[in-house]
Amino acid sequence: MEMLPFILATVFTAATPLLIAALGEHVTERAGVLNLGVEGMMIVGAATGFAAAVLTDSSVFGIFAGALAGMALSAVFALMVLVFATNQVATGLALTIMGLGLAGLIGQGFVGQPRAALPPVQIPLLSEIPVLGKALFTGDFVFFLSLALIGLVAWGLNRTRFGLLLRAVGENHGSAHALGLPVKRIRLVAILFGGLLAGLAGAYLSLIYTRFWSPGMSAGRGWIALALVVFAGGHVWRLVLGAYLFGGITVAQLHAQAGAIGLPSQFLSALPYLMTIAALLFLSISGRKGAGAAGSLGQPFVPER
Amino acid sequence: MSRTGVLAALAVSVGLAVPANAQEKLKVGFIYVGPVGDFGWSYQHDEGRKAIEKAFPGRVETTFIESVPEADSERSIEQLARTGHKLIFTTSFGYMEPTLKVAKKYPNVMFEHATGFKRDKNVATYSAKFHEGRFIIGKIAGKMTKTNTLGYVGAMPIPEVIAGINAFYLGAKSVNPDVKIKIAWANAWFDPGKEGDAAKALLDQGADIITQHTDSPAPLQQASARGKLAFGQASDMTRFAPNHILTSIIDDWAPYYVERTRAVLEGKWQSQDVFDGLAKGKVKMGPYVNMPDDVKKLAEETEAALKSGKIDAFMCPIVAQDGKTVECKGGDRLTDEQVVGMNFYVQGIEGTIPK
Repeated sequence: MEMLPFILATVFTAATPLLIAALGEHVTERAGVLNLGVEGMMIVGAATGFAAAVLTDSSVFGIFAGALAGMALSAVFALMVLVFATNQVATGLALTIMGLGLAGLIGQGFVGQPRAALPPVQIPLLSEIPVLGKALFTGDFVFFLSLALIGLVAWGLNRTRFGLLLRAVGENHGSAHALGLPVKRIRLVAILFGGLLAGLAGAYLSLIYTRFWSPGMSAGRGWIALALVVFAGGHVWRLVLGAYLFGGITVAQLHAQAGAIGLPSQFLSALPYLMTIAALLFLSISGRKGAGAAGSLGQPFVPER
Repeated sequence: MSRTGVLAALAVSVGLAVPANAQEKLKVGFIYVGPVGDFGWSYQHDEGRKAIEKAFPGRVETTFIESVPEADSERSIEQLARTGHKLIFTTSFGYMEPTLKVAKKYPNVMFEHATGFKRDKNVATYSAKFHEGRFIIGKIAGKMTKTNTLGYVGAMPIPEVIAGINAFYLGAKSVNPDVKIKIAWANAWFDPGKEGDAAKALLDQGADIITQHTDSPAPLQQASARGKLAFGQASDMTRFAPNHILTSIIDDWAPYYVERTRAVLEGKWQSQDVFDGLAKGKVKMGPYVNMPDDVKKLAEETEAALKSGKIDAFMCPIVAQDGKTVECKGGDRLTDEQVVGMNFYVQGIEGTIPK
């Protein structure tokens, strides 16, 4: 199977933007904030990242600029939901619509400009391992960054004091406030982190996954990232599993088609989504009731005085 | 008097719905399936829209709505009709039924539906013989492949795409009897990520030349990243892979759009069906590059022969996948109707058409 490393590499690039955006939203939701603007932040990250990369002629700089742009948009969201205590669902949806428009504006002068690929990073020695080495230890630097982010989020949420506070705020913001925790400040950090990663995921799309900018290129990936967070039900490992499973099935169905196995391609294309729904059903039937989402998720926080 | 009078007179004589106040500009609307920045299909239609503005300065006003999903296009089309657009171009196959439905409600609005086959009093259809270009690139691919495996990224299994696959395969087969074709459907006209993944899957399965019937440059770019050759689609995509592109099939809608707008302005618009290609310049070929001279010559000769009508992509006998010979209704070639409604693979292509 000499094509296995290539297939795995394709799976990883397909899954990485989903994984990064989902990790960010996971942290935001753990803090009790539902930000449905992932798609919008992602596409703004893609446009800004691409524009910055072209202007400075540095894809690496572009990727960071894209991440910052996503964070800037999430700051707008934070202002609305934290300071003005607006409805999070409506604000998030508005953020997506605004992001899609804004991205078109930012990327206007950059449509159709090509960009060269980033040189792949090879981890010495490890990348020499047959099959897996090529797939796992050769890749773009954002792929490795995403692996580090998995560890950072898992460790940060479960093993640090700040993570504990963040989860407490998400579980019950009233109690957390009564205990004297800075609810809004912690949520601000969580929202900005979510925006940063959504922007990073977007920049990955326009600078690494497909190296050009075009409006609408996120093609709903922000929503899939949101679905992955639900799928994860509060566990980072499940989120990672979900992202790679989704990427894996997406790529596998294309291979099945190219290999002419005779199943309808529409069915194969729907397969990743069907699997996601099936997995969600399975989890909610077998899991405890009420497990998963943070207790105060989506509720505006207005402290009593 | 002058223009105002002439137009008013025309409006009365022909009974067309030219705005009562003839000072008003003719509003022409466009519905695109992708963003105008796809640098492929929708981009080329938008070039046609710009050509209208240029051809009739001050007399027309154009509007477009981009990225309109085919399944949910009715309200976008109706929105244009309701806001005073008198000529509306709906530029994707999937807009067929919605266009006809809206057209029934707005009998004074003229509709032009691209690549469809259903017409009405106020619905004309137009398409281009992209398959002529695909026949040429098939020959190039057949000559250039080393693995004898060609990869084809398809969007939707509709006749236009099927005919393209057949023409490409027949072209390749005519110069290389051992050639095989692998097809992956993205089930989207525009999703750069997925289109690219489909191209990667085809490359992984041994294809060394990629062609596509989707709208973004992603498949071309992915082929280039692996050092493999590919073709541009709908517009000249050279800039995305200057060293790995062989040529592009370019759609040029501008002359047709200008002609149809003029017909409305002059009150001569009628429902019709237009299907032409290389001969009329609606389909053009990009420069033939990154190939040896003999292949280039073959491509140029094929292009000239198609243009003159001496040959056709579907010369009889055409044998379908099931081994049955297709009835030859057009003398020595299939008729346009047979091509527009093509729903079978030709013999030699593996796999089944998704239903």
